[in-house]
Amino acid sequence: MLIESGSPVAADTRIGISLTINGEARQLQVAPWTTLLDLLREELDLTGSKKGCDHGQCGACTVLVDGVRINSCLALAVMKDGAAITTVEGLAGLANRGAGSDGLHPIQEAFIEHDAFQCGYCTPGQLCSSIGMMNEGHAHTRDEIREAMSGNICRCGAYTNIVDAIEDVMQGEAAR
Amino acid sequence: MAHSISIDGVDRHVGAARSRVDGPAKVTGLAKYAGEFDAPDLSHGYVVSSAIAKGRITAIDASAAEAVPGVVKVFTHENRPRTAWLDYNYQDQVAPPGSPFRPLYDDKVHYSGQPVALVVAEDFDRARYAASLLRIGYEAEAPETDLTRQQDLAYVPPKKRSGIKPPPGARGDADGAFDAAPVRLREDYRQAPEHHNPMEPHASTVVWEGDGRFTVYDKIQGVSNSQSYLMAVFGLKKDDVRVISPYLGGGFGSGLRPQYQLFLAMMAAQVLERSVRVVLTRDQMFSFTYRPDVLQTVAVAAAEDGRLQSVRHDAISGTSRFEDYQEVVVNWSGILYECENVSLNYKLAQIDTFTPGDMRAPGAVTGVFALEMAMDELAYATGQDPIALRLRNYTETDHTEDKPISSKELRACYAQGAERFGWQARNPESRSMRDGKELVGWGMATGVWEALMQKSSAQAVLTADGRLEIGNSTADLGTGTYTILTQIGADTLGLAMEDVTVKLGDTSLAEAPLAGGSWTAASSGTAAMRACREIAAQVFTLARGMENSPLANVDFERVAFRGGRIEVTDDPSRSVTLIDAMRAGGLDRIEAMGSAESDPGQMKKFSHYTHSAIFAEVKVDEELGQVRVTRIVSAIAAGKILNPKTARSQILGGVVMGIGSALHEESMLDHRLGRFMNHNLGEYHVPVNADIYDIDVIFVDEEDQANPMGVKGLGEIGIVGTAAAIANAVYHATGKRIRHLPITIDKVLE
Repeated sequence: MLIESGSPVAADTRIGISLTINGEARQLQVAPWTTLLDLLREELDLTGSKKGCDHGQCGACTVLVDGVRINSCLALAVMKDGAAITTVEGLAGLANRGAGSDGLHPIQEAFIEHDAFQCGYCTPGQLCSSIGMMNEGHAHTRDEIREAMSGNICRCGAYTNIVDAIEDVMQGEAAR
Repeated sequence: MAHSISIDGVDRHVGAARSRVDGPAKVTGLAKYAGEFDAPDLSHGYVVSSAIAKGRITAIDASAAEAVPGVVKVFTHENRPRTAWLDYNYQDQVAPPGSPFRPLYDDKVHYSGQPVALVVAEDFDRARYAASLLRIGYEAEAPETDLTRQQDLAYVPPKKRSGIKPPPGARGDADGAFDAAPVRLREDYRQAPEHHNPMEPHASTVVWEGDGRFTVYDKIQGVSNSQSYLMAVFGLKKDDVRVISPYLGGGFGSGLRPQYQLFLAMMAAQVLERSVRVVLTRDQMFSFTYRPDVLQTVAVAAAEDGRLQSVRHDAISGTSRFEDYQEVVVNWSGILYECENVSLNYKLAQIDTFTPGDMRAPGAVTGVFALEMAMDELAYATGQDPIALRLRNYTETDHTEDKPISSKELRACYAQGAERFGWQARNPESRSMRDGKELVGWGMATGVWEALMQKSSAQAVLTADGRLEIGNSTADLGTGTYTILTQIGADTLGLAMEDVTVKLGDTSLAEAPLAGGSWTAASSGTAAMRACREIAAQVFTLARGMENSPLANVDFERVAFRGGRIEVTDDPSRSVTLIDAMRAGGLDRIEAMGSAESDPGQMKKFSHYTHSAIFAEVKVDEELGQVRVTRIVSAIAAGKILNPKTARSQILGGVVMGIGSALHEESMLDHRLGRFMNHNLGEYHVPVNADIYDIDVIFVDEEDQANPMGVKGLGEIGIVGTAAAIANAVYHATGKRIRHLPITIDKVLE
């Protein structure tokens, strides 16, 4: 039996793109096959966005692209030319209103307060996904939050606390 | 919060709900995991996995891979460096008996997904691409991965795994009593193999420090295990290899043994004399340890009134061809209930997979599921309420050891759990409860896990600025160890939690055992408390020796540490700050070590367990076969609770994983290929948010003397029995006894 796959490709051809990452404009040269996740983690040292599966199945890599949550492992970096990317490292910067004394975004504070994580590996994705979900504006009840947050797996099983944290922030926003 | 314990007579952080001290690092992305540490000139290794399950490699053509610009080296069994010769050197601290798997050792393939090459390149993309160009020829043999076909070859493991009690000898005459009893049940139970699937794939970053010295960032539940493994396998001296693992993206047992990516990264770094990182892919997370397939038969017999006459529990567990993995599966059936005739038997049978391993409450999840389902069946057979049946057979004695149980507030778990759940409103008849078009079922089960303590040490340093640092080498897998040690340190020296820093997961710190077995709070907590008490005693001596000291002529027993001061307990106006005491003594720092191990006298006299009662509500759509677990109440008796917030999360996590066992999780083997086929998170289902409804956790009061902290540990008890409670609820809802987990749609519709 002989196992063979793949085929040789031409040498590295990098493409110039501009991205605004956590508020900072960046000019970058990226390989056409580099995912947004690998660009962040491997080239820009933004390791807050996590690689849990690299298949779009776990949600640990969730980031915000122009305010919309996406699985950054399923997006090629070159496809996002011109976009504004927010990763977990930039969430505190989003919090120009309602930020706590420690400068965290309300959802970050709520996650700490409700113990909405244990190991912390899915947390950056859960946080970005929560904000994306709130931006979408479709989820209003606990059932709807549960459903809308089901693209983000938490193996530690902090789901009920995650929903508590999100509900808390949504109620705070509604009260404002 | 209900629970508050007192250290030096003062209630403060310990026992109170406190947010995780590592929370800010984890919500901002600053917490770094093993595959995220950088190094100058870092190279990246990509693992190539075997395409066959059994046989040998006939040829490897790496020329196309090596021709890719940026590829540094392709390692295979043909060019690997020499490593240690004897099996002994590969046996890590928790290895079962046998010959541990050696990556790239020779041309033999032992299981599907076995690493057969490591491609090292300048960057990750190139390594992955080059790995796809390897041409590997195999001579395949037919694998055997079907445990049911191997059970006739089952054997009692000749060599016992350290720390795992084999089944006790039979007591009474289980078979005779079974035959003579009026109510008899004998059924087979099986839970599908499961993979841990922590969110963080296993990773190791080996940093070449020059001169044959390395700093290793490894995903491991105890850095000393990786360090000693690397020393033994690669001939390194202790000073040459420091292992660091500040955070793990989940472990659940998968990080107890050093995994093959550590071997491969170190091998490459040693040969290349440069830093190497190896990160596994999600599908490769299905290429090492897993919760084994176990075939179980439970036979229970009782008098008409439900009193147990006979318990027989037989299990055959799958293991690999090269190691005899063992866990405690059947013993629980001799521990939980009073019965004079008990026979417990545990055997292994070999299949062509990697060696199974410990996964959250190893053995107990499996064995207690079978026993607690059998008890539910017995409740129906004798017309008893399931709680009443368990109370009828309640015991305060561990008959497998012939010792009293140090504390067992299981009655309170049943009572408080039932009340919270509303159990008294249950109509015991199956198919009797409905909510719209869904059938409703209520089921319950008991859980049990050992309350263990391991030899541990901890260091503490108080500096002149009044700050305390505590450290040891154990790991915080998300369990909350950073937080509880901070609470303990703060209370012992009367400091704010902000003034205490805890460092974990570094072999340069005081030695502590692996984080597993739910023993960390008891072991490292006690060691840390003792180190801090030693500092307290020293700083007190300084304070009392000050000129005109307000504490002159006061004994240590009569002072309290509070608000950064040492004060006379019954006259708080007389006090000295820690900072002043240090300054007066002319000291920049006070260091102390503390150690802990279980008290042999206590261990000889008592058995130690945590207990739980789990109540589950399911709703079943019979048309779709869909089962939802809409409510869980888990009542836990686990001694003192150090932090109700993080403690509750431990139980929530166990319950969620138990729901996974009951309804979702199943590593499916294709026996023709000998491979776990659903090796991704799309096809291996772990519970997602929409699967989880209400979970209510109760900690019942329990006093225990097993260790100075009075804690029993919480990492595993939340999962034990949960799947049984759900399966029992499914029976109550539908009238169907589904004894093979997970309870998937096809089984409900059958």
